[in-house]
Amino acid sequence: MNDVVIRTEKLGKSYRLGERERYLALRDLLARAASAPARWFVSHNELSSNGNHRDGNHKGNRSHIWALKDASLEIRRGEVVGLIGRNGAGKSTLLKILSRITKPTIGHADIFGRVGSLLEVGTGFHPELTGAENIYLCGAILGMSKREIKQKFEEIVAFAEVEKFVSTPVKHYSSGMYVRLAFSVAAHLEPEILLVDEALAVGDASFQKKCLGKMGQVSREGRTILFVSHNMTAIKTLCSRAVLMKDGTVAASGPAIEVVNHYLAGIASGLSEREWTDRVAAPANDNVRIAHIKIRPPQGCSELTIDTGAQIEIGFESFRKNINLGCTIYVTNSEGVVIFASGHPISGDRDSRCGLYELTGRIPGHLLNAGRYSVDVVFGQDQRYVLLRVDSIASFEVQNAARGANMSVAPGVVRPQLSWSHSLKEEACLVEL
Amino acid sequence: MIKSATLDFPMQGSRHRIAPPAGWLELNLRELWDARELLYFFVWRDLKVRYKQTAIGALWAILQPFLTMLVFSLFFGRLAHIPSDGLPHSVFYYSALLAWIYFSTALQHATNTMVENQRVITKVYFPRLLLPLASVSSGLVDLGFGFIVFLGMLLYYRIQPGSAILLVPVFLLLAVLTALGVGVWLSALNAIYRDVRYVVPFLIQFWMFASPVAYPSSLVPDRWRWLYGLNPMAGVVEGFRWSLTGQGQPPSLLLGVSAGMVFALLIGGVLYFNKVEGTIADVL
Repeated sequence: MNDVVIRTEKLGKSYRLGERERYLALRDLLARAASAPARWFVSHNELSSNGNHRDGNHKGNRSHIWALKDASLEIRRGEVVGLIGRNGAGKSTLLKILSRITKPTIGHADIFGRVGSLLEVGTGFHPELTGAENIYLCGAILGMSKREIKQKFEEIVAFAEVEKFVSTPVKHYSSGMYVRLAFSVAAHLEPEILLVDEALAVGDASFQKKCLGKMGQVSREGRTILFVSHNMTAIKTLCSRAVLMKDGTVAASGPAIEVVNHYLAGIASGLSEREWTDRVAAPANDNVRIAHIKIRPPQGCSELTIDTGAQIEIGFESFRKNINLGCTIYVTNSEGVVIFASGHPISGDRDSRCGLYELTGRIPGHLLNAGRYSVDVVFGQDQRYVLLRVDSIASFEVQNAARGANMSVAPGVVRPQLSWSHSLKEEACLVEL
Repeated sequence: MIKSATLDFPMQGSRHRIAPPAGWLELNLRELWDARELLYFFVWRDLKVRYKQTAIGALWAILQPFLTMLVFSLFFGRLAHIPSDGLPHSVFYYSALLAWIYFSTALQHATNTMVENQRVITKVYFPRLLLPLASVSSGLVDLGFGFIVFLGMLLYYRIQPGSAILLVPVFLLLAVLTALGVGVWLSALNAIYRDVRYVVPFLIQFWMFASPVAYPSSLVPDRWRWLYGLNPMAGVVEGFRWSLTGQGQPPSLLLGVSAGMVFALLIGGVLYFNKVEGTIADVL
């Protein structure tokens, strides 16, 4: 009990719709002041007409959305906790509240110990300043004292591998150098509780590995880390525990591997064939409505295996006329790794029609290894703008197939069939002595 | 803020509760004091960045009041014959411009500081009050450079400042507090309503004519002086001029009213700032 370093109780944060998108202008304030009496009247009527308001309806005002609600959580000292969930599940909002960047709307959190937050690499970096100057500036902003920075200066520079450029303004740095230096400063922060948001998704592979190592080292020193990532492999290797966020609340919490698997299994509908007959329930917006998606073994096959591949069929209704409409699918494995993306231009000459379309595609055999895959569907315009994106709309399982005598699943992300051949060049003559 | 690199876990000692914004009185002076090093770094950054890419660097700090002084002397002094309390025009204007230019730059700087630092504000926590504090502090360095020139002018005109010069720090402090008091308001307001940024240049222009920069406050009739003092810069500018040159009248009534006004502004500003600070990252 005493070992709890972060405890949140029914933490909630609501945003006024549109609040994050743009700042207020004075005219909005004037407009709001002018409509205040009307709003007061409406909200009071609403309250009296349906007396028991749901908790999600802050002040009876419908223009609020809850980015986080009822989030209760306990994190103990020395734990490395991974925070996972889809985009918009409230992970970042939770991190922002815990790092005190913004205050919650309701609920509270207790934090025991000094907190360092690393929500972005290079917080406070100024392009005009030199590497050395930025180390001091960024270090101070992240919460290090001048003495502490001075002590670790050499170490920071060495870790970032920028020894030759410490007195060059960082605007002349390559992006790799910039990121390495920025991460290095952050990595040398020594708070008791470290909050990290996707910061590892930077740099080249070897540097990422180094960062992971550094974080592992930090956790061995007994510090507590709360770590948001979409990289499930990183979560599994680094974290002892994972917390799954869904729709602003804590949906699951437990050993990292279990929660990650649970998340990945549930990420998709779990269904390989889905159909929405009810237009209201279907994934849709003003641009596109998805009617059905079916992933099944190709005709004539009873099972979807590594040899057969799969047939994909997407039925949708387009509400946009005369644009360049395209559809792309993303296939992701159970580790969260995108195996491939494949798209099809439905209209290339600004000649899309309104109406029902059916799109069929074929995932070839000898491509995917055995395992569970989830499919995201993205409708786009001009190959640039997203019209509708539905993550994990369906999932499917690729069965292992007997190849040779071995029935066990071969390692690897893909399972190609290579055209091997062999010939015996020279037979050894066994001379009997 | 983190003070030691050693790993001890003062479980009870450093408990922090995060809760919804409670009310008006949440000012954590202790926290502000603990972050004083960061204030230093912000000021240091402002100065470094400001002079890094300019060809003549800190010389601008001198040129700005000096050139304005020349223009004022020519138009207000020579052409318009505005009285200068018996001082050479250049000294008369320069002494007031020192305070005024400090104030107007600090104000502009403070207004924009939250917006300019929005990336930092939305990514890491520190007492936000440090930003307007840094804005009004970094201007002091420029003021220092300008002051050196002023000493040269005193020598040139053989003006003995007298013992009133000992009060310069008092007026300086008042100038800083005025800039901070108004700056805190404007920085928070500008973060929420970006219109403020466009209003400030006008505000500064009008404000200068409401302050005894281009004319002596002795032009203001006695019975209106208290009202005039409601402009805190009236007391500050007049006080600067008086204490730096020893000429003119000690602005006692003016100063009293101005000081009262400054504290009202400052306290109100800090309270308002505190109220919006908690969620300012959401609106930036």
